[in-house]
Amino acid sequence: MQTRLFAAPSPHIHGGERTRQIMGDVVLALVPALLVSTYVLGWRVLMLTAVSVVSCLVFEYLIQRFLLKGRTTIGDLSAVVTGVLLAFNLPVGIPWWIVVIGALVAIGIGKMTFGGLGCNPFNPALTGRIFLLIAYPVQMTDWTTNTPDALSGSTLLANVKAGAMPLSDIDFMSMFGGHMNGSMGEIGALALILGGLYLLWRKVITWHIPVAVLGTMALFGLCVAISDGGAAMWQTPLFHILAGGALLGAIFMATDYSTSPMTHKGMLIYGVGIGAITMIIRLWGAYPEGMSFAIFIMNAATPLINKYCRPKRFGTKR
Amino acid sequence: MRTFPIGGIHPHDNKEWSKDKEIEILELPDEAKIPMIQHIGAPSNPVVKKGDKVLAGQLIGQSTGFVSANIHASISGTVTAVDAYPNGQGQRRLMVVIKREGDEWMPEIDRTPDHKRECTLAPQEIIAKVREAGIVGLGGAQFPTHVKLSVPDGQKAEVVIINGVECEPYLTSDYRNMIERAEMILTGTEIVMRAVGVSRAVIGVENNKPDAIAHLREIIARDGYSGIEVMPLKMRYPQGGEKQLIAAVTGRQVPPPPALPISVGAVVCNVSTAIAIYEAVQKNKPLIERVVTVTGKELKSTHNYLARFGTSASRFFELAGLPEGDVKLLNGGPMMGRAVVDITAPLIKGCSGLTVLSGKEAARGEELSCIKCAKCVSACPMGLEPYLLSKLAKLQKWDMAEEHNVVECIECGCCSYTCPSYLPLLDYIRIGKQTVMSNIRARAAASNKK
Repeated sequence: MQTRLFAAPSPHIHGGERTRQIMGDVVLALVPALLVSTYVLGWRVLMLTAVSVVSCLVFEYLIQRFLLKGRTTIGDLSAVVTGVLLAFNLPVGIPWWIVVIGALVAIGIGKMTFGGLGCNPFNPALTGRIFLLIAYPVQMTDWTTNTPDALSGSTLLANVKAGAMPLSDIDFMSMFGGHMNGSMGEIGALALILGGLYLLWRKVITWHIPVAVLGTMALFGLCVAISDGGAAMWQTPLFHILAGGALLGAIFMATDYSTSPMTHKGMLIYGVGIGAITMIIRLWGAYPEGMSFAIFIMNAATPLINKYCRPKRFGTKR
Repeated sequence: MRTFPIGGIHPHDNKEWSKDKEIEILELPDEAKIPMIQHIGAPSNPVVKKGDKVLAGQLIGQSTGFVSANIHASISGTVTAVDAYPNGQGQRRLMVVIKREGDEWMPEIDRTPDHKRECTLAPQEIIAKVREAGIVGLGGAQFPTHVKLSVPDGQKAEVVIINGVECEPYLTSDYRNMIERAEMILTGTEIVMRAVGVSRAVIGVENNKPDAIAHLREIIARDGYSGIEVMPLKMRYPQGGEKQLIAAVTGRQVPPPPALPISVGAVVCNVSTAIAIYEAVQKNKPLIERVVTVTGKELKSTHNYLARFGTSASRFFELAGLPEGDVKLLNGGPMMGRAVVDITAPLIKGCSGLTVLSGKEAARGEELSCIKCAKCVSACPMGLEPYLLSKLAKLQKWDMAEEHNVVECIECGCCSYTCPSYLPLLDYIRIGKQTVMSNIRARAAASNKK
């Protein structure tokens, strides 16, 4: 065999990181929360998550193959991430066919209409969830199958908001461990934090968005506690960070690459926006939880944030 | 440990393949093909014709302006042609071809091995000698050195920075020079300090070369080189970029173009350039040879050669042995080197190494869509937005690319290296940069006419 020279412009080597690897890392980071959820809520969690993931993959494949007649990209695993996150945002008692509809909306409308991975302005899993929340409000807020304890029927956030439960009654340790009412993926605070630390270590995400979201929520909670005359000074902020979809949203949903800003400064603004809007909805809105809407609204603001938060250019003061 | 302020990546340095190979003198070639352009600026004019006898070190190409450089015969013999031949990238360039007869040098060149430290020349005399000797930046940029040493009126140099970073993976020619020819580097540094009128010099070396740092420090202490300091720098690419190095050493950032390094008081020279300056000023020796690393994982052997310019690239592989199959031969290293398509292309001044990558190592992954992960934004050492510039260039939105400062790109390749979707970001950005620069030049020319 002869030596043949071939040419291409520099650089001639690559760091080796691939989109599939990043998506794989996100899936891996979601596994602890999935395990906690399965342990607490039972096998149905695994079943629904599988339905969601398979539906997302199938819809993405079918749309790319037969509707767009182009290359299929299900191998990049982004549809798996969407599938898991969609399932994590649903109550465990939901009928499986609603999950399939959610997947169709997430992939079909949330992602492929805009051109697929990287082009979607809104987080696809959230698009699916919000659609289901509006289309199937009863099934989406039915927590009765969750746990056999006295509080079944509504989430902690709803109970606290309705004044049915004082903050002093809350067992924070069990919130960490996964014993609270809520969507499948949001109940194990510790597991979600563990996943977040893994993503930080793998450099898939940076600290900016999660810290900005959770920090704003905590600060907001503190202000509320102070205006209440200093009652539940530490319980209020901690409760809001641990309850509902705060951790799942801050760590896994708000950090979605396509729908979040590109610069660290932009990420901080975006995170503060999400934290503030969530708290406003939680405290004064019609819904007990506002994480999904907050992320959705800030997704819409992302192009604007990108326009005004440019990176610091070398050799300039700004 | 100090480093530059934004961006950067950490590629494997792959220096182990050639770092312990001592500098060998490559056997003289039978023929040397010497291009009349081996520098940034105007091409030189050939001053010899077919049939002329030349000596090694004799002027054969006269520089044609301030930003241009003289070219000298690298071997003695007869000029057999002055004609256009393909260079490494396959572009036809005017070259002087010399057939070798013996090894006769110009009589004024001091070929004794003695080290000559004392220099009493005035700055202008030093710069004149550097210009005469045709010295250009040997780190790869090939910018004429006398231009850098000529501090413009109204500006003042404060520190000389000698670039011993060698952040480009694989290459070890600067490293071998620091280990084996430290005295020349240090005397060269003193001469540069004298030329620009400063009393402080810093040699920046990445901390993956601790023995070079220790050796330079030892010689500085032993021979009393006052005012010269060796500064270890964090290993991070592109630490050796001129603006990055200045920022790492002084903490000052050179403002965007048209500002030059001198605007923050810095004059930067590569360690190999410092050796060339020493030889030109103290030994009357023009730039006719350099140390070249010949390296690659699949070569039979790796080398650091001292070789004359004009030597065919193929000669370097007579001993090193090119592997069979598809390979990428690079003039330079894998991050910024240029692919060589003609194995008979001659060695030029800016070539610090010939790196051979296997087809697999240099293969480009399948291009996917941008997922807006912002890794390119974080990696860009100039604080640009590579994903955006690349897209603007692809869409031929030249005005917008200009607005987003595409001309500030230093083409380090961090963006493409880091992209998980394997987008050829720098390919497009480079096209954008070239187009915008020519647009800017055209505008300037048009306004001059008015």
